[in-house]
Amino acid sequence: MFGMVATSVAHKTADFAQRRRWIVGGVIVVVGLLALWFFAIQVPADELSKYRFSGGGDAVQLPVVELPTAATNWILSLLLIGFGVYHLVRGLTNSAVLFGVIAFLLLAIFLTWSIRGASLNLTGLMESTLIRSIPFLLGALSGIMCERSGIINIAIEGMMLTAAFVSVIVGALTGNLWIALVAGVLSGALIAGVHAVFSIQFKVDQIISGTVINIFAVGLTNFLNLRWLTTNQELNNSGVFAKVPIPFLADIPVLGTILFNQIALVYIALILMFAVNFLLYKTRWGLRTRAVGEHPKAADTLGVNVFKIRYVNVILAGMLAALGGAFLTLGSVGRFDKLMTNGRGFIALAAMIFGNWNPFGSFGASLLFGFMDSLQLKLQILTSVIPSEILLMAPYLATMIVLAGVVGRVRPPAAEGIPYEKQ
Amino acid sequence: MAEAAATANPKNSSAPAPNSFNLRRLLDAITIPALSILTAFLLSGFVIAFTSPEVLALLPQFWQHPVELLTTMLKTVLTAYAALLQGAFGDWGAILQGFQVWLTTGNSTELLRALRDPFESLVAATPYIYTGLAVAVGFKGGLFNIGVEGQLFAGAIASAWVGFNIEGLPWFLHLPLALIAGILAGAVWAGIAGVLKATRGVNEVINTIMLNYIMFLFTDWLLSDGGPMRGNAGAPRTPEIYPSAYLPRVLPDPVRFHWGFFLAIGAVFFVYWLLWKTTVGFEIRTVGASPTAAKYAGIAVGKVFVLAMGLSGGLAGLAGANELLGLNHYMVAAFSPGYGFDAIALALLGKSNPFGVLAAALLFGALRNGATRMQSLATVPVDIISVMQALIIAFIAAPEIVRWLYRLKRPAQHEQEVFARGWGA
Repeated sequence: MFGMVATSVAHKTADFAQRRRWIVGGVIVVVGLLALWFFAIQVPADELSKYRFSGGGDAVQLPVVELPTAATNWILSLLLIGFGVYHLVRGLTNSAVLFGVIAFLLLAIFLTWSIRGASLNLTGLMESTLIRSIPFLLGALSGIMCERSGIINIAIEGMMLTAAFVSVIVGALTGNLWIALVAGVLSGALIAGVHAVFSIQFKVDQIISGTVINIFAVGLTNFLNLRWLTTNQELNNSGVFAKVPIPFLADIPVLGTILFNQIALVYIALILMFAVNFLLYKTRWGLRTRAVGEHPKAADTLGVNVFKIRYVNVILAGMLAALGGAFLTLGSVGRFDKLMTNGRGFIALAAMIFGNWNPFGSFGASLLFGFMDSLQLKLQILTSVIPSEILLMAPYLATMIVLAGVVGRVRPPAAEGIPYEKQ
Repeated sequence: MAEAAATANPKNSSAPAPNSFNLRRLLDAITIPALSILTAFLLSGFVIAFTSPEVLALLPQFWQHPVELLTTMLKTVLTAYAALLQGAFGDWGAILQGFQVWLTTGNSTELLRALRDPFESLVAATPYIYTGLAVAVGFKGGLFNIGVEGQLFAGAIASAWVGFNIEGLPWFLHLPLALIAGILAGAVWAGIAGVLKATRGVNEVINTIMLNYIMFLFTDWLLSDGGPMRGNAGAPRTPEIYPSAYLPRVLPDPVRFHWGFFLAIGAVFFVYWLLWKTTVGFEIRTVGASPTAAKYAGIAVGKVFVLAMGLSGGLAGLAGANELLGLNHYMVAAFSPGYGFDAIALALLGKSNPFGVLAAALLFGALRNGATRMQSLATVPVDIISVMQALIIAFIAAPEIVRWLYRLKRPAQHEQEVFARGWGA
């Protein structure tokens, strides 16, 4: 009897998996055909898309790659269709590969089409992609630290906004960017501490606690911005971090510009990504964190201090998000503007989910979202047919699709959102 | 677990039946919200005082002139709150005088000008009533609708479209049509999250957040240069709607009070009736209390999720339609100061009860309207209201803090509602 139930369940999941494979494969093929029609067949054969790899001031000038737009997109679209057929017939189990290939091909087709008759500095685009992905990455790491221990964090936005504000003011007052950074990070820790006390000590619904923090951060920064910064403009000028080229590595063409000629915060963020991954999967603390996030009672029975793990993780999470917020001010513009995070905290949340609560996966998602972000800026200059607002929707739409389990499947920590009561 | 505790402790079983009227229960229900509001006011007062340039200038000389500093602080806060109250409830001396002038000379200009402020509080309260109800309905069905702001935008867009595209209809057709368009747009937008929860088990919180941002960007696109709903004016806004779709004003200019307020009161009674007097309402509340129990009682839980979400979104859409048809008559991207987000505070403050939400909405409307006056008279930025609201939610969500601050006893039974159940479930 139990065996029968088990087989029928197995059948059901197998059926569903197969159906999903057909749907996804079919959609890829259809999208590929559409891409072929719009971006290859419809394009005059003599149009060229030029990709540049060096900026005007670079020491080493790389040759400009001139591609015939139509022919290139023919090849790319056929590759996409072929990939869809392969998924239909054989099925790909690794959803990261599936996603990566589809996203890459589609973006390449779209980009080649958008710059027909013009040229684009691809290195510059990649560099701005990385820079724009850093706040998403840091926010996502914050979400991961928090949620892996079982506490939902929708307050990333509020933490970032607060840190952006604090770091600018402290930077302007002290004139030292590192002190400003530390102050920003501490403000994030403080706010996260409030979230921790509310959700762990008082067992407040974690989404309400997060919402409170977001409303509070928006209100307070708007309030102080109007009260202090608009009348004292000198307070709203922290200066920005200078680029730190890494010796030798920064001189590599293309790769050096993208990766090794950035401000220190970019390196710090990338190191933190490895650190969080190491912490979660290779240390005793990480094992305990994951245990507490999945089954706190079992962890407690084995002598793990659930409250301590959660407190520390939430506060560390606040510091990571704050770093992302400080990056927006100290790392790029050096001044605070009303509501300057502009939903980045929620895109970070999306990147976390997209990356399945996993540091490297979230970095991939952050890069994708960062690419979308810098692409829409570039396309505004190129006057593309597709409005920038529609491109900017991509992260949010993609997250909903992933969550619905249409492509791939993500799984949040099991004990998330449930306050732990010690028996 | 809870049953075991109840039998072990006979005192618990003497708790009054949930539906019988009891003055103590009513007092208990009001104590925490009232103290939360009071505490939020006090703390915001500190924020106003300690961020004031005059106070900050005196701060270094605290030891030389402590009294002067304290009086400056007190003066700053009292000036601000006095302006807030006057903005919220009007200048009654001026109203009486205007009344006298009107009675003796028949000239109502002065009276109307004096009446503008108090009625403006009701105008501000109207969208709060709808959005507060929207969140409350969600809570009752065990759903956390953070997407009210996006649904409000959807409603405004739809009613604007109906408002400026259809010409020549009589008002008794055009106005209802525009309102229904708003309701439907909000319901559909929220319904997406409901359907995804019902069919794919995706938590509505994350989806409504995502839907919010999609809707904001969509609005930006509609109103952008060359966008499909951009009017002829140089600014990013839609064309003006035809007067046949206006929600009529109750009093002449400059009082902007319109019939949307009474419609909102109607919505309060409708939601009360629906939730407590109909089978659908019973199903929504049962699912909200426990989806598992509801499932075993034979309720189609998925259907209820979609229904509750649609209802919540419809109310949110109505809020958008109300603002558009009653006040601006055209849509701009920044037409809402965050009514949908403040609504969470309203629903918590009103304990998800329609009449509680109404009371909370009247309070918030008065605060929001008064704060505008405070900004112009006392140069205290209006955003202090958001700080206050955040504090109010915080205290209501964590009543232990308030009980500890005011040395109150714990309540007999532990009545804490669970609003959300994690991302996955």
